[in-house]
Amino acid sequence: MDLEAKRHRISITVNGIGFDAEVEARLLLSDFLRHQLGLTGTHVGCEHGVCGACTVLLEGQAVRSCLLFAVQVDGLRLTTVEGLASGEGSESLHPLQKAFWDCHGLQCGFCTPGILLTLLPYLEENPTPSEGQLREVLSGNLCRCTGYQKVVDAALAASRTLSGAEGSELEGPSGGSETVA
Amino acid sequence: MSTRYFGKSVRRNEDPRLLTGRALFVDDLQLPGMLHLAFLRSDFAHARIHSIDYSEALGLPGVVAAFDAAALGEYWKPGPLLVPPPPVEGAVFSARTQVPLARGKVRHQGEPIVVVVAESRYLAEDALDSIIVEMESLPAAVDLEEALAPGAPLIHEDLDSNLAAHVTQRKGDFDSAAKNADLVVGRRFLYDRGASAAIENRGIVAHWDERAQHLTVWDTTQAPIPIRNGLAGLLGLSESQVRVIAPFIGGGFGPKIMMFYPEEVVAPWIAMRLKRPVKWIEDRQENFFATTQERGQVHDSELAVTREGQILGVKDVFLHDNGAYNPYGLTVPINSQCTLLGPYRVPHYHSEFRAVFTNKTIVTPVRGAGRQHGVFVMERLLDLAARELGLDRAEIRRRNLLRPDEFPHNHQIIFQDFAPLTYDSGNYEPCLDKALEMIDYHRFVSQEQPQLRSQGKCVGVGVVCYVEGTGIGPYEGARVTVEPDGGVSLATGVGTQGQGHFTVFAQIVAEALGVEVHKVRVVTGDTGAFHWGTGTFASRGAVVAGSACHAAVLEVRRKILRLASGILEVSEEDLELADGAVRVKGVPGSALGLGELALKANPLRGAVAPGTEPGLEATAYFGPSSGSTANGVHAMIVEVDAETLMVKIQRYVVVHDCGRVINPLILEGQIEGGVAHGIGNAFYEQLIYDGEGQLLNGSFMDYLLPTSTDVPRIESGHLETPSPLNPLGVKGAGEAGAIPVGALFAQALEDALSPEGVEILEIPLSPNRLFELLEEARSR
Repeated sequence: MDLEAKRHRISITVNGIGFDAEVEARLLLSDFLRHQLGLTGTHVGCEHGVCGACTVLLEGQAVRSCLLFAVQVDGLRLTTVEGLASGEGSESLHPLQKAFWDCHGLQCGFCTPGILLTLLPYLEENPTPSEGQLREVLSGNLCRCTGYQKVVDAALAASRTLSGAEGSELEGPSGGSETVA
Repeated sequence: MSTRYFGKSVRRNEDPRLLTGRALFVDDLQLPGMLHLAFLRSDFAHARIHSIDYSEALGLPGVVAAFDAAALGEYWKPGPLLVPPPPVEGAVFSARTQVPLARGKVRHQGEPIVVVVAESRYLAEDALDSIIVEMESLPAAVDLEEALAPGAPLIHEDLDSNLAAHVTQRKGDFDSAAKNADLVVGRRFLYDRGASAAIENRGIVAHWDERAQHLTVWDTTQAPIPIRNGLAGLLGLSESQVRVIAPFIGGGFGPKIMMFYPEEVVAPWIAMRLKRPVKWIEDRQENFFATTQERGQVHDSELAVTREGQILGVKDVFLHDNGAYNPYGLTVPINSQCTLLGPYRVPHYHSEFRAVFTNKTIVTPVRGAGRQHGVFVMERLLDLAARELGLDRAEIRRRNLLRPDEFPHNHQIIFQDFAPLTYDSGNYEPCLDKALEMIDYHRFVSQEQPQLRSQGKCVGVGVVCYVEGTGIGPYEGARVTVEPDGGVSLATGVGTQGQGHFTVFAQIVAEALGVEVHKVRVVTGDTGAFHWGTGTFASRGAVVAGSACHAAVLEVRRKILRLASGILEVSEEDLELADGAVRVKGVPGSALGLGELALKANPLRGAVAPGTEPGLEATAYFGPSSGSTANGVHAMIVEVDAETLMVKIQRYVVVHDCGRVINPLILEGQIEGGVAHGIGNAFYEQLIYDGEGQLLNGSFMDYLLPTSTDVPRIESGHLETPSPLNPLGVKGAGEAGAIPVGALFAQALEDALSPEGVEILEIPLSPNRLFELLEEARSR
């Protein structure tokens, strides 16, 4: 079987940067992002669409990159976790990232990129969600470390910031104000 | 000096890297010329291998090599026994450890037989399809009792039976205690298997540098130093020729401390042989077969009590499922045996277990490591006794709790660290009181529950106690260095899997040196940075490595004061450390930055005085004589849907005492995550094997992890009874949350369904299983 014959040219935009690449038809989008583009912030936990760790934004919508082939996103725009912060330093974190930092919304951090990218479009469309609504939204992202409580706290804190309810500064949990950075 | 960082909810140093996708996980490594491995695994749980033919695979595109057991030659040998049997009189123990690739027969589903090396993982997996293995399926030993019965299929044919171990520990004389008891209650209790299910699967990258004659291995391990030492021995290298790095690890929970997994042995050997870097990343399906699991035990247990509910003795005889091999020795069943005693005074104890080989995935510790079973048995027995005696469930526990004046308390049996099981400190009754108060137990039982029941609602409350032996030896170490830029670097050998080591260890150092926490750069789990120590297990990171960090930083502090005292010409007692500088007390203008001082301690001209060392650096070690014992009480209120038997947790309360708290926010996270894991174990997760040893639910579609809609908000309260065994007064907390949840579910559900008279003697449960139990109770 001539594998070279099965390669396809694709052009995609990831985090605002254009890429042209040749891929096999069967190459998963998650593998393409991680191994061909070197964007390893997108993590792979189950490769059958359940755990949500590989979630990225495709034209602004949260999708599971392990359930798509790279060829399917030809001509489209993607956002990965590397595209959230506005710069390098911790001061340029996206408010959602900052809320997770303030609220201890992550432990091992492996599922976190998928959680951030699940929440981002949701919070844009639903700026003031209830805890129950957030738990529904997050129910497609498995986390084995946190028990979800501080993930939910972080999402609530981010929603307050993003909706402008509490100015630009996020509020950490009680007792969490002794931050040092 | 007042506490500035120790005990504060400092946010984590490691988070910005993790939140932006810049943290390195093993699968993120991409090395030039790297090859990829895929393993052909057995479909059978028990089978004889007649022949293996991978010749066709070798001719496929992109395939570089393939190996089976025979091709490994003299490198092939069974893995090491990690934990020898404990020094218990009369203990029987047969070690049969896992092999790199199956030779002659396979003993569990998913055992690797052939490894293919190719230019990509896709091509390596393609090639697996062309390999022909002729196998003869054998009857499997799956059920624990059947596996021990005469005529059962023999898993290790050089043994007479599938018995792996038989250990009895005794204290006092249970039989006479039982004769004098007003009541003896007994039942059979079951606890079944679950998966650890870290969201990151296992993985390894190995790179042999031929010119430097040096091997670098990145491994998703909780124990990089023992992996380095072991690999050096296996590969005929000196330990200094091998560097093992455990970078960021996506959850550990126990199985990532197993060693050596077959893939861990095979990958570095292939990298050296082919002189190219190799990578193997486990996929989720492999994880269900190839990563170790836990929790299969069957207990026949009795509790002897007085009429007042005072415990006279416990007898517990149980079977423990080893799986196909037992590299981790008896750690899990010994933990079950010891943790059963809980926070209670138990004068007479007879505990006896048989560990059994079965045709299932290997069993090694998973968060809790056998402690769940012990707690389940004891708490259930107390519930049964309370019911028979007409006592309140909280009250029977209170009557048996050890009092503060009974510590240290020696239980006169041997623990997993081979030291006598001795509780160092504790104050149990206030924990129970606080939990009862937080969940408003008495009001619920006397007012709310009857009211809700009259409305037709099935509501119940549970309250259970537990202890957790934590922070065992042998030792850990740390090196603290003040850098010329005024920052501090800290290296320790333990690996990190999300516990916040980059922050809590930094807090310990920051506290002693008066620098900000984010100025302390922590390196963990890299043998190139620190190569003495054991690993992250048994809730020991904060206790053992934390105490080593403390010892090292105190020595650095002494060096700082000595040097500054000479430069500033004042006595050391008149100096203080604050704001990243050392200064004369009350004279802010005298401040000498720590970076500046570090430069002066490493002069380019002039001598370093005899008896002193250059730099502001120190290395120290800490080895506790025995483990410190944490404890807690969990309480919950549940509502059961009478139609669907779905369970809704209305409230969940944890009151926990792990000594002095380094970072309350991180501690809460550990507890909440542990409880979620426990809830999974209790009600959602179960690895279901059929009679042939086939796993029936090996995917996240069929094996259900609890989600954000299943895990309730957890209300936590803390008490602090310092441990006298380490200078920080800390006890471990990593596993505690998961330990008592099964016992709590059983009690609360039994209470909710008490009008039906259902008895819950097993974990995990599920709506389906509850339905079956109810049907049985109704037909009685």
